[in-house]
This record gives sequence, structure tokens and C-alpha cells, in this order.
Amino acid sequence: MNGLELSLAESAAILVSLKVAGVATLCTMPVAFGLAFLLARQRFPGKPVIDALVNLPLVMPPVVTGYLLLLAFGRSGWAGQALASVGVSVLFRWTGAAIAAGVMALPLMVSPMRLALEGMDRRLEAAAATLGATRRRVFATITLPLILPGIIAGTVLGFAKALGEFGATAIFVSSIPGETETLPLAINALLQVPGGEAAALRLAVLSIVIALAALVAAQYWQRRAVRHRS
Amino acid sequence: MNFDIDVRLQRGDFTSEFAFVSDAAVTALVGPSGHGKTSLLLAVAGLVRPVGGHIHVGGRTLFDAAAGIDVPARNRNLGVMFQDVRLFPHLTVRANLGYAGRATPDDVVAMAARLGLSALLDRWPRHLSGGEARRTALGRALLAKPAALLLDEPLAHLDSALAHEMIALLADISRTVPLLHVTHDLDEVEQLGATIVRI
Repeated sequence: MNGLELSLAESAAILVSLKVAGVATLCTMPVAFGLAFLLARQRFPGKPVIDALVNLPLVMPPVVTGYLLLLAFGRSGWAGQALASVGVSVLFRWTGAAIAAGVMALPLMVSPMRLALEGMDRRLEAAAATLGATRRRVFATITLPLILPGIIAGTVLGFAKALGEFGATAIFVSSIPGETETLPLAINALLQVPGGEAAALRLAVLSIVIALAALVAAQYWQRRAVRHRS
Repeated sequence: MNFDIDVRLQRGDFTSEFAFVSDAAVTALVGPSGHGKTSLLLAVAGLVRPVGGHIHVGGRTLFDAAAGIDVPARNRNLGVMFQDVRLFPHLTVRANLGYAGRATPDDVVAMAARLGLSALLDRWPRHLSGGEARRTALGRALLAKPAALLLDEPLAHLDSALAHEMIALLADISRTVPLLHVTHDLDEVEQLGATIVRI
């Protein structure tokens, strides 16, 4: 095997990472958008509390977030019991890793979406209404296209965070090769064993390549979304 | 009656009352800045909610506090040309003109020709001059086939040649659609032969 070829274990780590980060981002995006919309546009009692809860994973040690997830989704936790009643467990599964990544990514996704919503000129929505547009049409043809750059930025930040998540994932679902062992966990494992440096370096380079590809794709979408500004 | 309006508007700490009726082709709301002309226009459009009174346009009740009627802006069928223009920045001139969805592509092209916008149909709004943007906003409102057209300072920031063109255009439009026109310029009102309502 030459220095550039990936072992099966390394390929598995990449696939697990892409699956976990991809699913976490896709599933968290609608939740993040809903929260951003609520925080940017609605007034309701307890809003500061919701705001703080959304941002909590950003300021808590990831290990604590992982531990709280373990308590919630464990056999005696409320979420764990609810899932057990339909025959599902996320413990030591890639789905659990995706939950951990999604929770950690949530505040990073909400923030740019919320800023875009708050920064949008709402008089344009009023203008569309005077032209007979229903609320749904105003949202689809005015609001959404104008805040698209914020949605893209949030999605990329969330994907990057999900890809790099380490602490919460390690505590919540441990590091099981081929199931929950993502790139950062695999790199960590390789650095613990003698002679693992070369493989760790390969995976590190791959992490960089994936992150770069995501950034380049995001820039392309961003440019398309704001081509009317150039 | 084109306009039968008697409303109370909450403006900051105080309430202002506005009442007038007009059956003229062009009705001009004239008065100094800060007296609530724009608020009144936005109330007619359905974008500001009065605290009391009624708004009838073309015989249709759009707002009546006593009867609990408040037709949403999207169902009022009134064209609005805002003072701050409000073109949709992410849509081309063509898409802005056709936004209301009541005009065929041919109608859009014909309106662009009438307003001198034919060469600009595929431009983004940010590449338009002030006069071009205003004409686009006017065309967009007209293509919604409104029962009446509400204009907030349509000549603001236009040089005298462009203002002259706009007045000719508005006079032409007023033959088919009644105009409610906010301004502080009496010359403009005179040239349009408008009925004056002092605010």
C-alpha cells in the first residue's frame, strides 16, 4: 500500500463523517430556520429563554452537551424511552452521532438565518401584498430569495461544525469504527497508537479537502443568490 | 364616489383624523411634511390600520371599524407607487412589472413601451436611474389592473424634464384609473387638474 491509498477503516471514517454531517445538516436546517423565523419575527413570552437555549451548545463544554444527550437518550431518559417505545435506539449508532452533530450545529445555523431575516427590508413584503400576493407567495418569491445568502451561510457553518464535532459525539455515542467513528474521532484514535501518524495525516488532509469543497460550493451558491447586486 | 374616507390614525402619541370625499379623476392630498399624508395613503392601501372610521374606494368598503371590516392589503386591488419605490431588488424590470401575475408577457412588453422601459426589461433594479425606477414602479402597479392608484410623491427627486414626462403619463393614466396623489407641490396638482384635499 503506498502512502496515498486509504485503508478500509479510513474510507469508513470518511463515509461515516459525510453521512453523519450530511444528515445532521439536512435535518437541522428546517428546525434552525423555524427558530430563526420565530426569534426574528415573533414576539412571545419566554423569548430570551428560547434564545439562550438555542445558543447553549455554543458556550457549554461539548462534553457536557454529550453527557446531557446521553442522559436524555439513555434507557431511562425521556427521549430514550419515547424512542424505545417505537423500537428505536440511537445509542452507539450513527443516528446518535448525527443528533449530537445537529445539536452542536444548531446555534451556528440559526444565527446567520436570523440576521438575514432581521436585516431584510420588510417594506418589500408590504409592496408585494399590495400587488395581490398571498402570504405564501410573498414568502416564496420575496422573503426566501432575499434571505437565501443567510440560509446558505448557516447551512455551510452547520455542515462544517457537524463535520468537526468531537466532544459531544465521543461522549454520547462513543467511537465505533464504521458506525460512529467520524474523521475527528478516527484521527484521535490513530494518534493514540504507535505508527498511526501517517494515516492520521491522510485523514487530516481529507478533512481539509472536504471543508474546502463545502466552502467553494457555498461561495458559488452565494454568488448566484446575490447576482442582482453586482 | 371614487374615494370616501373618514379615518382616525394613531401616529405616535396622538391620533389624527382625516376625512374627505372625492369623485375626481385625480385627488391630491396636499399639506406640509409630517402631517400624516403618507400614513393616510398607507391606511387606504391596507398597510396601516386605522383606529376608527371607514375607507370606501370606488363604492367598495375596504375598512369599517364599526362593522368590523378590514380587507387585507392583498385583496384591496389598489395599485401603490411608494415614495421609496420598493422595486424587488432580486427581480429584473420585466419580472417586477409582471409580479402581480394579472398581465400577459405581451402586456408587460406593451407597458414597458408606454413607459419608455423597453430597453431595460432585463436589467436589475439597482442599475436603473431614479426616473426609470419610478416608471417601473408605476408600471408594476398598473399591471395589477387596480381599481385605483395611490401615489406617494411620484415626482420626488425627478428633474424638471422627467417630472414633466411623469405628469403627462399620470394625466393619461387618470383617464382610466382614479388617482389618489400625495404631494406638497401645488404646481404639480394644478398641471394634473386635481381636486385638492388639504391635510
